[in-house]
Amino acid sequence: MADLKLDQIHKSYGAVDVLHGIDLDVKDGEFVVFVGPSGCGKSTLLRIIAGLEDITSGDLMIDGDLVNTKSPRDRGIAMVFQSYALYPHMTVYKNMAFGLKLDKQDKAAIDARVREAARILQLDQLLDRRPSELSGGQRQRVAIGRAIVRQPKVFLFDEPLSNLDAALRVQTRLEIAKLHQELKSTIVYVTHDQVEAMTLADKIVVMNGGNVEQVGSPMQLYHHPQTRFVAGFIGSPAMNFTKVSIDKVEPGKVTVSIPGGTPSVLPFDVDQNELGNQVELGIRPEHLSLGDGGELTVHGEVDVVEKLGDSTYLYLKLANGDRVTVRAPGHSRVKIGETVTASVSAGAAHLFSGGGKAFAKVDCPAEYSADE
Amino acid sequence: MSFKNIRREDASRAVIVHGILLTYTLVALYPIFLVVINAFKTRKAIFRDPMGFPNAETFSLEGFTKVLAKSNFEVFFYNSFTVTVITIAIVLLLAAMAAWALSEYKFPGNTVLALYLAIGIMVPIRLGSVSILNLIVDLGLINTLTALVLVYVAQGLPLAIFILTEFMHQIPKDLKEAARCDGVGEFKIFFAVILPLIRPAVATVAVFTMIPIWNDLWFPLILAPGDGKQTITLGVQQFIGQYVTDWNAVLASLSLAIIPILILYLIFSRQLIRGLTSGAVK
Repeated sequence: MADLKLDQIHKSYGAVDVLHGIDLDVKDGEFVVFVGPSGCGKSTLLRIIAGLEDITSGDLMIDGDLVNTKSPRDRGIAMVFQSYALYPHMTVYKNMAFGLKLDKQDKAAIDARVREAARILQLDQLLDRRPSELSGGQRQRVAIGRAIVRQPKVFLFDEPLSNLDAALRVQTRLEIAKLHQELKSTIVYVTHDQVEAMTLADKIVVMNGGNVEQVGSPMQLYHHPQTRFVAGFIGSPAMNFTKVSIDKVEPGKVTVSIPGGTPSVLPFDVDQNELGNQVELGIRPEHLSLGDGGELTVHGEVDVVEKLGDSTYLYLKLANGDRVTVRAPGHSRVKIGETVTASVSAGAAHLFSGGGKAFAKVDCPAEYSADE
Repeated sequence: MSFKNIRREDASRAVIVHGILLTYTLVALYPIFLVVINAFKTRKAIFRDPMGFPNAETFSLEGFTKVLAKSNFEVFFYNSFTVTVITIAIVLLLAAMAAWALSEYKFPGNTVLALYLAIGIMVPIRLGSVSILNLIVDLGLINTLTALVLVYVAQGLPLAIFILTEFMHQIPKDLKEAARCDGVGEFKIFFAVILPLIRPAVATVAVFTMIPIWNDLWFPLILAPGDGKQTITLGVQQFIGQYVTDWNAVLASLSLAIIPILILYLIFSRQLIRGLTSGAVK
């Protein structure tokens, strides 16, 4: 087990820069998830940590050693691939033992490690099978087992659940979480699925366009996104955004007017220069409720209704054409075409500058805060 | 169009395709069939009724006894077999390694090198017969099996590399990277992961390499015609004279010559069929 340190990692393919100076500290035993849309560079970053891609510039330290020029085998890492990448001509047992055998390790020790990994992953009954005789979930467990037996300093997971169906994905996700509790190992995990990121991570790294947008615990990212991108990426359904103009700025208070709503006072620290500017207001669908009980209200016509049983999503069209999703209770009887009013408490709102940076919230209420 | 019609159309198409293939197979096999049945007939019967089966009256093993008793048939056999097997082994090893290098590692001149090797497929090696003969004489290898092996390796490599490179491209990148993360060295990746996976392709290449070598008359004739070094195709020639040809012996030795290559083919064929289809489906 070991910590991992990335210092100004740059990566370019010819003239194309894909990573623009990534800094990151991963502590021993931490579960870190890289998340972002496709093409954001998260997989490239993982492959750089694994040693499958060269670093253009910057330093990569594993357990205090500079490993920039070391080959994957000398870095003390183990990687689990999206496609499992099992050796098709070997049995499950041999797949797991292959790397160790080449290390000229003691046969009994290898056997003990493989059987221990098989026990943890419930593969005991399958050791003599070939990968082609296994289901997708079993194959992925073998791939994880192959990583475990190496007892690496850092585990690397590259979208390990993407090839599994929905039910199996949830189950395997739980197994990975349990595995982390059991092994207490440092894990770096790449996914494009924000639910996986939220459920598994100690620390999420949100990436966009080759940059790190924000690093933080799942709750920090959910409640205190520093950029509009993070706010929109974390949370499902995605946060609602609408353009508002700033009418009045006071210390710790700002007055904005929402199209189709009344002017509202929000608890944000905003610079005087922003007066009159267009900014973006962000509200999570689950924080909105029907009626005008909150300090901030919107009116709109419902044009789509999605009933999920426990809740109902209402898609509102505001007067300025922006769309707002509201999570209403499952028993809601709102019909398409109705005009409804939804509101939210001022403390739940987010405000982003024209450049996409979040304004600092003042006196955040406990229910909308990551502090415990 | 109903579902039934589509199936009927498919069926008639299958009949046509199989008809054509079957006809071709018969045309290709008929000469071999003639060789084999006539090998078991008396000389008179061969000329009187070349298409007929041997019967009680015409049956004779005269050709076989002559071949086995009067010539060094086992020496020819041994020579052909040695040359073919050693060549296959060298071609497969070198071609697989070259193909791995060309498909896996990016280095300057990679494409140029691949093209250069591909040109070898298009230029017949026999065009260089005179230079090859000079070279072999200068090396003092004339009348040795080594000379034949060297020439055949050169002849077989280009196509072998070409086919194997294509197959190696199909091996998923993840698999090699997983092996690298697993701490497996490059040589071990090649021998323990890549080679087992391209076994069908290796079998295909083995068959493509071995048949022209076994059947070749040209290079044994100019490079190793001496006593004791003749291959089977060259050995048979002693029964073919300018004026008289001993057909019994010729046909008997040709029949015998089919056996070893048939055995080799059977060994590779199970893999070969998988190789051809796996290349086509993917």
